[in-house]
Amino acid sequence: MSQSNEILVRVRDADKVFRRGSEEIHVLSGLNLEVPKGEFLALMGPSGSGKSTLLNLIGGLDRATRGTVEIGGERIDSMSDRQLAGWRARHIGLVFQFYNLLPVLTAERNVELPLLLTHLSKGERRQHVEAALKVVNLSHRARHYPRTLSGGEQQRTGIARAIVTDPTLLLCDEPTGDLDRKSGDEILSLLQALNREQGKTIIMVTHDPHASARATRTVHLDKGQLVTEPAP
Amino acid sequence: MKFLPLVWCNLKRKKLRTSLTILSILVAFLLFGFLCALKQSLTVGVSMAGADRLIARHKISLIMLLPESYKARMQRIPGVAAAVHQTWFGGIYQDPKNFFASMPVEPAEFRAMFPEFVLPDEQVKAWETKRNGGIVGRVTAERFGWKIGDRIPIRSPIWQRAGGNDGWEFDLVGIFDGAKKGTDLSQFFFRYDYFDEARARGKGQVGWYTVRIENPENAAEIARTIDAEFANSPYETKTEPEGAFAQGFAQQVGDIGKMLIAILSAVFFTILLVAGNTMAQAVRERTEELGVLKAMGFTNELVLALVLAESMVITAAGGLAGLGLAWLVAANGSPAPSILPVFYLPPRDVLIGVGLVGALGLVAGLLPAVQAMRLQIAVALRRQG
Repeated sequence: MSQSNEILVRVRDADKVFRRGSEEIHVLSGLNLEVPKGEFLALMGPSGSGKSTLLNLIGGLDRATRGTVEIGGERIDSMSDRQLAGWRARHIGLVFQFYNLLPVLTAERNVELPLLLTHLSKGERRQHVEAALKVVNLSHRARHYPRTLSGGEQQRTGIARAIVTDPTLLLCDEPTGDLDRKSGDEILSLLQALNREQGKTIIMVTHDPHASARATRTVHLDKGQLVTEPAP
Repeated sequence: MKFLPLVWCNLKRKKLRTSLTILSILVAFLLFGFLCALKQSLTVGVSMAGADRLIARHKISLIMLLPESYKARMQRIPGVAAAVHQTWFGGIYQDPKNFFASMPVEPAEFRAMFPEFVLPDEQVKAWETKRNGGIVGRVTAERFGWKIGDRIPIRSPIWQRAGGNDGWEFDLVGIFDGAKKGTDLSQFFFRYDYFDEARARGKGQVGWYTVRIENPENAAEIARTIDAEFANSPYETKTEPEGAFAQGFAQQVGDIGKMLIAILSAVFFTILLVAGNTMAQAVRERTEELGVLKAMGFTNELVLALVLAESMVITAAGGLAGLGLAWLVAANGSPAPSILPVFYLPPRDVLIGVGLVGALGLVAGLLPAVQAMRLQIAVALRRQG
């Protein structure tokens, strides 16, 4: 599959200001970004440049101080907390640097978590979980707890959890940041395959040029602003 | 229901801490149940008292005697339907620790006054025909292994037989049951005529009177009339409703209700802190996980409900087990039959206990649950980086 001209993510004039006591910290300043559907976008930049904050705004995990965020034609910045939670459950898959699996649940139970928010029956949930684990080639480790999985396997579980609801957008926050090169490559290949073969739109924050090379486009942030953004 | 496995897995996270918290709650509710049974035992007379019965005793003290002749005078007072007397005998079987309430009574009148004691007809007849016949409640009969036909030697520290002997012998002619739960089945009754004839002193004198009145609404007025009837005599009376009498008797120990509330308040406050601390720690330790759940789309309300559910499961596990254990202990019989003849956990107190379990779970989990609900995703996830 290839990317279309349809814009899936549209961020307009986004500011994000954090307050620390009386001090104001401008993390994003008038940022504009468009991401077409089906793109695999890498967000790069030094620490504190606002990459993760931008990812949080796009994923509806945080709110912009000013500006608009539109995903698939929906203005998420004006949604209530409850609406936003429901929207995230339907449209967003998240992959974290440290996997963030629940240690008390097996891999399959971790993958099942987002499906608990749907109306699927137990049997249907099981089918979805099996399919997601198969995509990340982890069916044989389904009943293992995270502590018995390698870092790469845990991240693949995290990816299975992110894709199990077939979300519109996959957001990855330094998905290879805690992995060795070999495991990191496997994860990047998996993300690339999800993008190419299933048409998933992926936005990935990374420090690693090796990782960004796998993306279809890379944008750089510095001091809360995009340094380069070639036209999609 | 689909979230229950998640709640359960979270509880298994720190097995020792969860187990200790559950154990603390179990002990608290075991104590609650035990104290409720104790209160019931000490105040059972109040709940079993007849609304149409008055107790008339000596004005100075219960241990002072009244003339047996008062019965006829009481029965002549307008509004009085019947009057029967009893006298404290203080029976001991074989060993001083085998003490139980025992009283001489007039069988036919006594049975008419206290229909809560149920005795088969043939045993009633046997009691009426045998002068040294006695009847006993099922609890004491089973406690000592007595059966009908047995000759029971009983000593009285108060009443000696003519000749200075404190040993009395009775033929057991009946074993009574209770018409309703809570009836004192530890007592032993025998015939007054046999007792009065054989005792060495105090002939013609009795302990107190139970008076049945025709209309309970006139209780206060009739009590005043009875007391007025015997005013300015060597044997003045104090008459009060049976419930008030039982209450006064129970309060010789102290205000049981207040003592119970004081003890249980301290226990439950401590348990609230224990359970609340457990939940607060549990939430604090997994801030990032809660952030991840919210990031996935779990609403604030759902996160609140999950934390509250954990709290409820912990308190329910400990609380219901404690109540169950207390019920079993009480069902197994009185730990001290001589002084606590009626010992059981009333269903009303079980229901109150279940309510307390729910309230404890709710209150202990509320603060951590609200904290979890208010948790901001970005802040929760930033903690990790």
